[in-house]
Amino acid sequence: MAHIETALRDLNRLDLLAGGDSAIHRLDPRAKVLVVLVFLVTVVSFGRYEVSALIPFAVFPMVMVAAGGLPPGILGRKLLVVLSFAAVVGLFNPLFDRATLMTIGPVAVSGGWVSFISIILRAMLTVSAALVLVAVTGFAGICMALERFGVPQAFVLQLLFLYRYIFVLGDEGARMTRARELRSFGGRGMGLKAYGALVGSLLLRTWNRAERIHMAMLSRGFRGEFHVRRTSRFGRGELLFTAGWCSIFMLLRFINVPHLVGALVTGVFQ
Amino acid sequence: MHMADALVSPAVGGAMWAATAGTIAYCAKKVRHDLDERKVPLMGVLGAFVFAAQMINFSIPGTGSSGHLGGGLLLAVLLGPHAAFLTIASVLVVQALFFADGGLLALGCNIFNLGMFPAFVAYPVIYRTIAPAGVGQGRIMAASLAAAVAGLLLGAFAVVLETVFSGISALPFSSFVLLMQPIHLAIGIVEGLVTAAVVGFVAKANPEIIGVPAQVRAAAGGLGFRQVMASLLAVAVITGGAVSWFASENPDGLEWAIKGVTGRDELEVPKDGVHGTLATLQEKIAFLPDYSFGKPAGNGPVSPDVSAHANPATAPAGDGRLGTSVSGIVGGALTLVMAFVIGFVLRRRTSS
Repeated sequence: MAHIETALRDLNRLDLLAGGDSAIHRLDPRAKVLVVLVFLVTVVSFGRYEVSALIPFAVFPMVMVAAGGLPPGILGRKLLVVLSFAAVVGLFNPLFDRATLMTIGPVAVSGGWVSFISIILRAMLTVSAALVLVAVTGFAGICMALERFGVPQAFVLQLLFLYRYIFVLGDEGARMTRARELRSFGGRGMGLKAYGALVGSLLLRTWNRAERIHMAMLSRGFRGEFHVRRTSRFGRGELLFTAGWCSIFMLLRFINVPHLVGALVTGVFQ
Repeated sequence: MHMADALVSPAVGGAMWAATAGTIAYCAKKVRHDLDERKVPLMGVLGAFVFAAQMINFSIPGTGSSGHLGGGLLLAVLLGPHAAFLTIASVLVVQALFFADGGLLALGCNIFNLGMFPAFVAYPVIYRTIAPAGVGQGRIMAASLAAAVAGLLLGAFAVVLETVFSGISALPFSSFVLLMQPIHLAIGIVEGLVTAAVVGFVAKANPEIIGVPAQVRAAAGGLGFRQVMASLLAVAVITGGAVSWFASENPDGLEWAIKGVTGRDELEVPKDGVHGTLATLQEKIAFLPDYSFGKPAGNGPVSPDVSAHANPATAPAGDGRLGTSVSGIVGGALTLVMAFVIGFVLRRRTSS
C-alpha cells in the first residue's frame, strides 16, 4: 500500500510538472512521443554485452531535464526505486554467464557482470526517458498524440477516464485502509473475509459512481468522445526536434563515441 | 511479472506490440458495437478501482506476508472479455508511464501477458465453465481459483518465453521456468481467493452486477464441444502448473531420487537437448549476439589518425583486450561527464 500511495503522490507531482512552460513543453506531443519511441528502440537494439556505446544516450534525458526545467530530484528518486527491481532480475546474469569476457589489470570480468551492467544502464535510460516524456507532455497530451497516431478512440477515452478517476478512488482506498487499521487490534479484521467485504463495497460504490458520472455526462451532451481544443500542430519546430534527435540517436547507434574518445585520450598519453 | 525494457529485444518487443495493438483495435471495435454506452465510464472508473483496491491488503495467515488484488480476472468477470482487455491495457499503460512498472517497449509484452490470458483464456474458458451465472459460493470459489491460477501460470510462461527469446538475460529456459511457475502458482492462489471473496460479496449484495455480463455471454455462447475442450484445457494447465510446482519445490531431492533410481545421464540428455536448441534459437534471434564491450567502432567513419592510435589497442592478442577495455572505460566516463556538462549548462541557461 505504501508503494501505491507514494506512487500516486509522485504521479500527482509528475503531472504538475507537465503544466510547466518551456520550449520543450510547448512542442506538439506527437514529436515528443515519437522521439522517445525511437530512443527506446535504439537503446534496446544493442547486444547484451554492450556497455560503452550506451553511455552517450544519457544525453537525451539529461538535456530534456535541463531544457524542460524539471527537478532532477524527483526523477532520480523514482529511478532508484526502479533500478533495484532491474538489479534483482539482472543479478542472475553473473550467476549463469561465467565466461571471462575481459580483464582489467589482474581482475577477470565475466560476461555475466558486463551484461549485468548493461541491463542496469538500459533500465536507467529507458525508465528516465519514459518519466521525462510524462513530465514534459502530461498524460492528456500523450493521449492526444496516441489518438492522432491512430489508436482507437475507445481506448484513448478509456485511458483518459482511468486517469481522471485514479486520484478520486485512490484517496478512497487510502481512507478505507486507514480506517480499518485504526479499528483493528492484534491483526483482527485484517484477514480475507473482512478484505472481501471491504473491497466488495468499494467496488459497489465505484459502480454507483460510474452510473452517476454517466448521467452527468449525458446531461452535458456526451456522445462518445471528448472534445479537446487543439492548439498545437506539427510545425517546423517539431520537425526539427524529431529529425535532430533521431539523427543523433542513429549516430550514437553506429559510432561508439566513448570508444573513440577513449582511444584518443589513451593514445595521446602513450 | 511486469517486464522491463532492459530485458526485451526490439524484435520481441515489436512483435508483442503488434499483437497487442491488433487486439486493442479488435476489442475497441467490439466494445463500440456490442456494449451499451453506460459501460464507457464504467470501464474507466473500474480501471481506477483496480489501483484503489491494490492499496487494501489482507494478511495471509501463517506466513506473515500480505496479499492484494491483481484485478485482471475480476475485471473480466465484471465487464466481459473485450472491455476487460481494454481496461487492463489502460491500467498497464498508466503503470508504465507513471509508476515505471514495466517499460514502454515492453508494454506490448505486459499487456499480452497480463491481459490476454485472464480476459480471453481464463475467464471465458475456465471461469464461465465452472461457474455459470447464478451459482453459489462454492462454485465461484473453485472457478476463481482455477481461472486465476491458469491465467497467471500462462502469463508467467509467456514472460519466460519472451525473456529467453530476447536473449538479454542469461537465465536458461529450464531454471527460469522452474523459478517462475511455483511463484505464480502461489500468486494465482492468492488472486483466486481474493477474486472469489470480492465476487462473492458483490453477488450477495448486488447480484445483477455479476449477472448482467453473464447473461449476455450465455446468450451468445454455445455449449457441448466447447465446454468439453475448455475443461480439458483447464485440467491440462492446472496439472502442468502443479507438476512444475512439485518439481521445483525440492529440486535437489527430486534429482537425487532420480539419480538413485535410474542411471545418471538418462535425464540429463533431453534437458540438454531442449536447452541446446533454445540456446541456438536465442543466438539466431538475438540482435548482434557477439557485440562485446570494447569492440572498436567499426561501422562508422573513423578518421585516420584516431584509428592509428586505436590500432595497437584493438590487436587480437591478450594485451590488446586490456587496452580496448581501458579505453572503453575512460571514454565512457568522459562521455558521461560531457553529458552532465551539457545538461548543467542548459540548466543554467534556462533558469537564468
